[in-house]
Amino acid sequence: MRPAIRLLDDALIARVLGEAFQLLSNPGIQVGAAEARDLLASSGAVVEGERVRIPEVLAQTCLGAAPREFALYDRTGSAVVRYGGDAVHFDPGSSCVNILDGETRARRSAETRDLIRLTQLAEVLPQFDAQSTAVVCSDVPAPVADLYRLYVVLAHSSKPVVTGAFSGETLQGMLDLLALDAGSPAALRARPRAVFDVCPSPPLQWTNFAAHNMVRLARAGVPAQIVSMPMAGATAPVTLIGSVTQHAAETIAGIVIHQLAAGGAPVVWGGAPSILDMSTGIAPVGAIETVMLNLACAEVGKHLGLPTHGYLVASDAKLLDAQAGAETGISAVLGALAGINMISGAGMIDSLACHSAEKLVLDAELIASTRRLLKGVETPTSTLATAMFASLPKEGFLASRETRALFRTEQHLPSAVIDRGNYQEGAVDDAFSRAHDAIPRLLASYSRPALNPALLAGFAELLARQAAKFGVTFSPPTHDNAAPLHANLR
Amino acid sequence: MEEEILSRMRRSIVDGAPQHAAALAQEWLQSGSEPLHAINDGFIPGMRHVGEQFGCRALYLPDVMAAAEAMKAATAVLEPEIQRRGLKRGVRGTVVLGTVQGDIHEIGKNLVGTLLIAAGFRVIDLGCNVAAERFAEAAEQAGADAVGASSLLTTTMVRHRDVIAAMERRNLRPRVKIIVGGAPVTGKWSAEIGADGYAADAQRALDLVKRLVAPSAGDAP
Repeated sequence: MRPAIRLLDDALIARVLGEAFQLLSNPGIQVGAAEARDLLASSGAVVEGERVRIPEVLAQTCLGAAPREFALYDRTGSAVVRYGGDAVHFDPGSSCVNILDGETRARRSAETRDLIRLTQLAEVLPQFDAQSTAVVCSDVPAPVADLYRLYVVLAHSSKPVVTGAFSGETLQGMLDLLALDAGSPAALRARPRAVFDVCPSPPLQWTNFAAHNMVRLARAGVPAQIVSMPMAGATAPVTLIGSVTQHAAETIAGIVIHQLAAGGAPVVWGGAPSILDMSTGIAPVGAIETVMLNLACAEVGKHLGLPTHGYLVASDAKLLDAQAGAETGISAVLGALAGINMISGAGMIDSLACHSAEKLVLDAELIASTRRLLKGVETPTSTLATAMFASLPKEGFLASRETRALFRTEQHLPSAVIDRGNYQEGAVDDAFSRAHDAIPRLLASYSRPALNPALLAGFAELLARQAAKFGVTFSPPTHDNAAPLHANLR
Repeated sequence: MEEEILSRMRRSIVDGAPQHAAALAQEWLQSGSEPLHAINDGFIPGMRHVGEQFGCRALYLPDVMAAAEAMKAATAVLEPEIQRRGLKRGVRGTVVLGTVQGDIHEIGKNLVGTLLIAAGFRVIDLGCNVAAERFAEAAEQAGADAVGASSLLTTTMVRHRDVIAAMERRNLRPRVKIIVGGAPVTGKWSAEIGADGYAADAQRALDLVKRLVAPSAGDAP
């Protein structure tokens, strides 16, 4: 049996949905985009200014129209991420503005070289099923920042990508980039490589930008991942269940807008809910209540039969210390046991304000262990133990045929990043050091995907067009690891 | 008798009981007592206690919010009488707060405001999505000592520059200090745009304002 965890029973989920439907009609949802309000009004919702009251019957229809599953494809066209059911995937956290410098162990603004490094690591670490556009590069102008980071990831990776647009104006450029990568808009629709995070603003608001992008993504047939982020006690009720209910209302409203724009378009019941830390006022990603919120919100989505997402595997610690390990490990295990389809957040510390290549490497080990847990206690032999006793060689179990045949599947075999050695005086180091030392070895195994020069030229032209559209000058960065990009963009 | 009511005033703030605080202020005025005495020796010591308890994690943000509400209710009752008597309430300084244009995130800014009030500052909160010119206008009108501009987004952070420019146009600089805050903001950014300071969280923002805005002699806490 596969181990699993549940926090809500069916009766409680029914109450959550019942109250979420009530919230959708009273007080209703603020919807900033006129286009989305028009769609809602023509389908039976009551629109008063920007407030939209969504009747339950409309919400139910749209929930019924959303697909139960869909896939994200890699560059070769293989469906490597399956949203739906109890499939569990992990991707690095995204849109971070800082990086923990591995040399100085100090925080600084993230740059192109950091995004390339994180992308290369996530590419070679098999624990990550998808890339994310992990950081916002401070060395490029803001108006092209979202398109640029997607470009950097596509140029360095063959895996699917979890991304997002920073405004309503920049989404189309990103869709154009993905269509170029896929070959055509139709190919992108048929085999989407990316999913876009889109965030409602708590409480109960879909801004102009977010609602507009839901409509655009639905019509392009590119998956949208709704990342509702109620903060219990600040922008949502202090009770966990109250915040789960608000999350359900915000997410259902997003699905309604999305499915009205294009019925059957792929959409994810995602989220990044958290509590408010009552002492510091931050949103603590490592708090057990934040983990509980992610699990409970996903359970509601699974109850509806929808693909799910959550934000876990991250920490509030500022370094890769014991707190970082504990918070990351606990949330990775619980998120996986909950069967959340895409779990974002690996690599992140400082309450999602800072990324770390070293943590990404360590987190890969935690994820590998988590995957082992998900396989559960298996029964690969016909008898559980008696036959192995009957055929036991005199050298013991280490020499038995079954041990040799089965140890690789019975055990997760960690890399040297995990310390299981004997104590050796003068040779004791910490996890950060071991992860830091592993990075050059991992990067040595990386090779950049061979992209068609015409495709790269197309990418560069799109970036130039976007920069011109927003009136910014854009010169590509010149770090050593960005040399191929630089040559392409010159 | 007076000591006893002052002690109850302190308690009403610590309990975060606005109605009780207002009733005590009313009772004080009816007895003809001096209103500033109630503020300085009744309510403000209550706020000071709350601030201290918050600092050592014995009280938390909702407690501080409630205390600030109680403080607001008490001063609303006492303020007209203070003005009628031509008295001047000692405040530690006046701070204009707002979230910059294009940004609707205001939790952090609200926390800063609450802690400033708790520490005895007068706070003028302009809300969110505030145009740069509005910051400067409010600072001028209120004779503010400091302006705090918040932004949560990397895309709106650049508006901090506009706030500083608007303040300069009205010749409010460098007399009026400008502090910036919000998730993407750093000390480096603050220095780059010529602000007077940055703080990582609400408690540090309070410490920063205290440092920048020198309390005038004889003022409360």
